[in-house]
Amino acid sequence: MIQSIDYAAIAPPLILALMAGAVLLLDAFLPRGPRTRSTLGMFTLAGVLGALAVVVAQAVRGERLQTFCVPANLAGGRTSCSFVVDDLTLVFGAVVLAAGVVVVLLSAAQLADGTIPAGEWYFLLLCTLTGAVTLPASRDLIMLVVALELVSLPVFALTAFKRYDPRGSEAALKLFLVSVISTAIMLFGVSLLYGLTGSVHLDRIGAALPMSASGFPRRYAEATAAIGAQTGTPADVLGQLPPGVTPGVLAVAVVLVLAGFAFKVAAVPFHFWAGDVYQGAPVPVAALLSVISKAAGFAGLILVLTIALKGQGGLWGPLVAVLAALTMTVGNLLALRQRHAVRLLAWSSVAQSGYILAPLGVAGKSAASASIAYLAIYAAMNIGAFAVVMLVSRTAPRNELDDYRGLAFRAPVPALALAFFLICLAGLPPGLAGLFAKVVVFREIVQGGGGWLAVVMAVNTVIGLYYYITWTARLFAPVPEAGPLAARAPSRAVTIAIALGLVASVAFSVAPQLVLSAVG
Amino acid sequence: MSAVLIGLLAVPLVGAAILVLVPGPSRWPWYGPAVSGVTLVLALALAASFDYGRAARPQFELDRPWIPGLDLRFHLGIDGISLPLVVLTALLTFLCFLYLVRHKPDGDRFRALVFTLLVLEVGMVGTFLALDLLLFFVFFEIVLVPMYFVIAVWGGGGRRAAAVKFILYTLLGSAVLLLGLLLVWANTGTLDMVRLAQQHGAGMSRGVQILAFLAIGLGLAVKAPMWPLHTWLPAAHTEAPTVGSVLLAGVLLKMGTYGFARIAIPVAPEGAAVLAPWLGAFAAVGIVYGSLACLAQRDLKRMIAYSSVGHMGFVLLGLATLTPVGMNAALFGNVAHGLITGLLFFVAGGIKERYGTADMSRLGGGMLARLPYVGSLLTFACVASLGLPGLAGFWGEMLALLGAFQPAPGLSRPLFLVFMAAGGLGTVLTAAYFLRMLSRVTHGRPTALTALPDEGPYEPEETGEVTPAGAAGDVTPAGAAGEVTRPGAPGEVPPPRAALRDVTAYELAAWTPLVILTLALGLWPKALLAVTDPVVQAFLGAR
Repeated sequence: MIQSIDYAAIAPPLILALMAGAVLLLDAFLPRGPRTRSTLGMFTLAGVLGALAVVVAQAVRGERLQTFCVPANLAGGRTSCSFVVDDLTLVFGAVVLAAGVVVVLLSAAQLADGTIPAGEWYFLLLCTLTGAVTLPASRDLIMLVVALELVSLPVFALTAFKRYDPRGSEAALKLFLVSVISTAIMLFGVSLLYGLTGSVHLDRIGAALPMSASGFPRRYAEATAAIGAQTGTPADVLGQLPPGVTPGVLAVAVVLVLAGFAFKVAAVPFHFWAGDVYQGAPVPVAALLSVISKAAGFAGLILVLTIALKGQGGLWGPLVAVLAALTMTVGNLLALRQRHAVRLLAWSSVAQSGYILAPLGVAGKSAASASIAYLAIYAAMNIGAFAVVMLVSRTAPRNELDDYRGLAFRAPVPALALAFFLICLAGLPPGLAGLFAKVVVFREIVQGGGGWLAVVMAVNTVIGLYYYITWTARLFAPVPEAGPLAARAPSRAVTIAIALGLVASVAFSVAPQLVLSAVG
Repeated sequence: MSAVLIGLLAVPLVGAAILVLVPGPSRWPWYGPAVSGVTLVLALALAASFDYGRAARPQFELDRPWIPGLDLRFHLGIDGISLPLVVLTALLTFLCFLYLVRHKPDGDRFRALVFTLLVLEVGMVGTFLALDLLLFFVFFEIVLVPMYFVIAVWGGGGRRAAAVKFILYTLLGSAVLLLGLLLVWANTGTLDMVRLAQQHGAGMSRGVQILAFLAIGLGLAVKAPMWPLHTWLPAAHTEAPTVGSVLLAGVLLKMGTYGFARIAIPVAPEGAAVLAPWLGAFAAVGIVYGSLACLAQRDLKRMIAYSSVGHMGFVLLGLATLTPVGMNAALFGNVAHGLITGLLFFVAGGIKERYGTADMSRLGGGMLARLPYVGSLLTFACVASLGLPGLAGFWGEMLALLGAFQPAPGLSRPLFLVFMAAGGLGTVLTAAYFLRMLSRVTHGRPTALTALPDEGPYEPEETGEVTPAGAAGDVTPAGAAGEVTRPGAPGEVPPPRAALRDVTAYELAAWTPLVILTLALGLWPKALLAVTDPVVQAFLGAR
């Protein structure tokens, strides 16, 4: 059988992958000159923008594309595709690529001092983006794992790029170990799922597993038989489970898969790496970790939970709810005590992961939409905050919160932008984007009957506000002694990055409909 | 006419935006008064063209979808209970700006202060105009950040802690409020306040109504503030600059009680009926507690802050009776308290600016002799606040007690009689602390301020500085006052003598309207009650 490939569908990752190769070649063959770095940056930017344009075009055409399909007659009752372009894919693709544009712009500033080789940097960055764009389109377990690894592996190297900074090496090692362990755990869960259902395609797994609204502990065989009796299909076609499988196996598989993704999105109790890694990595990489690789992790989590395990909501729902509650609480509490800007953002983004997880905890019908909406809005405000942090880190390498004291008088525009991003993250007007994002999540939880989770989240919103608002207040506090920091011309790339974040956040504030309608 | 509603929000917003984009206007001292003046004119125009014959229905309605994904509509309108508060907000903001022309607080960031206050005005006016639950919430939240900055940047010594306490406390309240609103939405499928009020709780089971009233009520009670959720208030009031205190007491607290009258009680009437005794009990405790706390205060501003706890207790007690009399009392008390406490904070701020302290024991006595105008205004405001018949403060308290005498059917009458007795005790205590304060500060012979060692040398010598008639005669100026005078005062560093001038033209301009309105409402309460009553009747109609 010959598989036909729909190149229109896979165009975004294809462009990024080809561009990655091109950048590596250009780096090898371009004559070394003062402008090499910026040329490579331009190429990378062009690649990301090209992929983004394709995603937008796909969204405008609005049809569902799929490729790498297994026809219905091959081992299973339906046509299943490994690569699907639908609303979810497009939203995640757009978020990842838009954030990618900002990260590329920030990279230009990071690379400006010449201690980091530009070619390798951009190559790795494009590889990560390729993975992050492929992942939300993946609809089988193997492709999911491969894409997730494609997101993670280049990030280790990117983290370690500050070669003369021991923090960088430590961060890279930590990230590597955590990531490898989480991949191993997830692979174990994935193989159990495959063993249980005999399929790697998410939709087939979903069909093969029993639909039990209340989940476990119900006897698996009974459930299978009941469904078989209802639909008139023999149980072996429905379940394809080897005889003697106990229900516990499915529970173990679900827990392992969940744990694997929890590592990727830095959910508590798998969060401890976040602070050190964010602080040790170059700022653009921290931004990438907090937005792009997190979005990829959530894409995978949402796909597995809502397609493959859609019948098991009763099983994973409470688990995710507890994870979400722990994640937001611990993240916020850790962020309270931070004095380092990037560390604070690291823990705050852990807390934000908790808010993104929360709607999935009630496992309602539109839970995934609420999560994705929050994630998209979070991406805009968080990447903007990182852009300003990047700007400040150029003049104040330590990047402590005290370095932001009086920023409003030294650099009013970035300071106001940062204030806006922080207030957005806190979820207060005038940062309406964050407020609406929280309302969406709250609404989903209240509707789904997760009262206790809503209360936990309400309390967390208040804790979160404390550190966001004190940081914001610091921007406007007078400087004790007027010692102007070494003036350095603000990088144009970073300024554009801040502007992009600001435009996106303001747009989401005025018309959150942009996101809400896209996620359905 | 619905364009006027937009104008009420757009004028301050555009005014604030211009301030950010163009640095020029901020050097013009009349920029703030001009922008807020236009807003006030719009509010008065609204009041003039309001159809008082059908005050129960929202007028000048504007209803546009904003965020369909959230079911959020940009739904504005004005009726009998929001109209007085909108006018009050516009008036107080304008008067604050007028006062600021000459009396700038600490620091030289005046442009930022004007900006902050204009944004604050958008939030305050919007809260009273909104007819959509989520829109109400959005406006309710808008005030938080500007008020935080007003306290944290232009406040007194302990400003940072006070500001953080203020915003965390009120945000916790708002988060719970949001949960309650979403609970209502999840059960009724609409966010439209008008429809929800007409439904009188249809679509929500008794349990849901109780839960919704509890969540919404808790959120609003923090803002109101209801004892024991009031602890953010004294700190915030004491540390805030004068204009901050005025708007906080005059408008922000009203947003809480307005929310009760507008949302909590009409939307979840069964929940209200179940929880009203609790609300009444907390209100009654608040009245007595606030008065007793006032008796123990040394700081003038802190005392006024605690008196607000007591007065808002009367408002909450009126609401808790669930009778038309009580609700009207609450809405009247809202406006009266806004006027009187606004005036009190203005005068207290003026005193603090002159003496450099608001500590009663250090103010000494004899203010009536030393600063006759300021002393008289303080006396007037205090007497109005303690509820002297003939002034605005009387009616809110009296009607609230009357409502408690005959609470709505279904509520335990003996219980409310106890509350009424507690409220009565509260009025006596209120009179006690205000009169005690007056006897200590305004009466008696002027004594020298007791200078503290850390505040510079004591300078008893007299200079030839011109002070208004009568004031200069027996003044014993204090070095303490001069030393503490803020460097940010307009123009020059004022000599010690300037600190003890009697009332200035700008202060008079800002304070006189409040005096007049306090008198007018006290003598002719029907003017306000006739506007609020139809709405109250409609809200309680189906009971």
